[in-house]
Amino acid sequence: MVYLSPLLALGISLVAGTVMFGAMGVPPGGALYAFFVEPLTSAYGWAELGVKAAPLLLIAVALAVGFRAGVWNIGAEGQLTLGAICGGGIALWLYRVDAAWVLPLMLAGGVLGGMAWAAIPAFLKTRFNTSEILTSLMLTYVAALLLSLLVHGPWRDPDGFNFPESRLFSDAATLPVILPGTRLHLGLPFALALAAAVWVMLSRSLVGFQIKVIGQAPAAGRYAGFSERATVWFCFALAGGAAGLAGIVEVSGPIGQLLPGISPGYGFTAIIVAFLGRLHPLGVALAACLLALSYLGGEAAQITLNLPLAVTGVFQGMLLFFLLACDVLILYRMRIRLRNRHPGKAAA
Amino acid sequence: MNRKTLNKLAAAIAAGVFLAAPAHAQVDNAGFVYVGPIGDHGWTYRHDVGRLAVERELGIDTTFVESVSEGADAERVIRKLAAGGSDIIFTTSFGFMNPTIRVAKQFPQVKFEHATGYKRAANVSTYSGRFYEGRAVIGTIAGHMTRTGQIGYVASHPIPEVVRGINAFTLAMRKVNPEATVKVVWINSWYDPGKEGDAAKALIDDGADIITQHTDSPAPLQVAQQRGVHAFGQASDMIAFAPKAQLTAIIDNWDRYYVERVKAAMDGTWKSADMWGGIRSGMVEMAPYGDAVPADVRAAADAVAAAIVDGRLHPFAGPVNNQAGEQVVAPGETLNDKALLGMDWYVEGVQGRLPK
Repeated sequence: MVYLSPLLALGISLVAGTVMFGAMGVPPGGALYAFFVEPLTSAYGWAELGVKAAPLLLIAVALAVGFRAGVWNIGAEGQLTLGAICGGGIALWLYRVDAAWVLPLMLAGGVLGGMAWAAIPAFLKTRFNTSEILTSLMLTYVAALLLSLLVHGPWRDPDGFNFPESRLFSDAATLPVILPGTRLHLGLPFALALAAAVWVMLSRSLVGFQIKVIGQAPAAGRYAGFSERATVWFCFALAGGAAGLAGIVEVSGPIGQLLPGISPGYGFTAIIVAFLGRLHPLGVALAACLLALSYLGGEAAQITLNLPLAVTGVFQGMLLFFLLACDVLILYRMRIRLRNRHPGKAAA
Repeated sequence: MNRKTLNKLAAAIAAGVFLAAPAHAQVDNAGFVYVGPIGDHGWTYRHDVGRLAVERELGIDTTFVESVSEGADAERVIRKLAAGGSDIIFTTSFGFMNPTIRVAKQFPQVKFEHATGYKRAANVSTYSGRFYEGRAVIGTIAGHMTRTGQIGYVASHPIPEVVRGINAFTLAMRKVNPEATVKVVWINSWYDPGKEGDAAKALIDDGADIITQHTDSPAPLQVAQQRGVHAFGQASDMIAFAPKAQLTAIIDNWDRYYVERVKAAMDGTWKSADMWGGIRSGMVEMAPYGDAVPADVRAAADAVAAAIVDGRLHPFAGPVNNQAGEQVVAPGETLNDKALLGMDWYVEGVQGRLPK
């Protein structure tokens, strides 16, 4: 039933959406078509779904592992930024080198950069028992300022009239497109591979078992001799690496340069994706596609129906609200209590 | 799902298929890509006013997408407009430059107009306003009206466009009031009412009695209104938000340019060009003066605007000193457009260091 609740929530959202569009005077059939079907009526649309879903899936599937273990890494956005900085820095540094090893080096740099940024809250957590929610979140803003500093200063395009962006990456530093005529890049295969690996790890390996035990019953985990410290480190390294990879994939793929703002909040949206997908790799993959589709649909609704952007936000909000509501109502039974709390006394 | 909705769906699918084959014999639709919400009452709002002027005067359909982020999403949105039948597309933020160029390569028959950028192609024009001319006018007013001699400047990103505005404002202000100084707070965002308001509060607490801004929301004006100090509106007339505080506002007026360019596309006379229009072209306008501006100050501001229009005055005419007091522009010379476009230094009178 818990696995059905996302579908139930989606169904209720569609009904509520129909009512909302009807109230706005927009034909609900056309609006829902624009949101969920129109973006996928061309090969380019499908490719764009992959472009949008890839970073969400990469990050969310890794975050889900941490959330299973009770490690609350809220700072994937910052780890993404550091991945983009480290990998992008390599691209700028090797600007004149036209060799096949440039791109793998950049990807490795991105992964390590994200891991290094994630290591800070992991260290603070294991050494000083600091709340990783706060430290990882706050480091996101530090990362954004660091990127801003670099593109406003030393990494600025020398021919760019002092605008805050790096030069465009060379061809050797650009992620290959896997579907000609579209922007679909290697990020999607990376994300799918990671999701599959996480699935195997969680269901078949000792590490996966440890993560689940420590998350659900820390005391039992300790009794069994599982190390919480090791789990914290593992979860942060995995999520940091995945977010860093997402960062370098974005800048070396669809963006092609370093900018002050490289992500429309993928690191935060991925948290929603992880929970929407029930912290299960397959569910997370579906949730990443759904969220990605809702963004594409929001653009399509603006273009074809002149619907305001706020409608997209309302629609996404409804989906999450109904999901939470379904969870609560499935797990708990509602009882209406009358005000008189002590019927026995009243009778006396 | 009943038969009626099914029919509607079928019609919508048919329409989608039909739209996918663009007809470029004539101009049916003009597309607009905005970086902010059309309700920002500033930058994006004014572009949307221009879009409505196109609809009204030329009677063609327009399409817009608002709050498009300047990263990977921009290219998809621009491409979708081009593929969806927009024959001329205005991309109205600097960050849309490279995506616009990339999409323009794939759609050579579609015309593109990119605001504030520097990359052009056979089917890509660029345009912007010489807003620094308006800054010279408000700087003159500030120089006359400040009592504390300190002006607070809420700024977005340290790019040449914004630095140029700060410098033009400061130069004009110090011509009137050589002791006055400008303090800048960078909020690293174009539109963030919370941060903009906080920056204005901090500047007022620090002694500023006039607030000016290069961000898109009316929040700094609202703070000025509450605190009883004066301020200038940005991008549009924001008098409704600060009836007592607003002295005047620099208005971006894209109406005439947008109508001209779409009309040129309809007539087949559109050519790739670079437009940088100031007060004379009508792209930069001043809002009516607020009640607080005395007659002599109005006259002084009008004189500066008139001198700019007929070319007697250039806001960056020498002598201009940098922060270190070194003369950068000699008397009798003016900075050329290339120097203005890449400006990355402060003039004398601006406090603090320019973030680099």
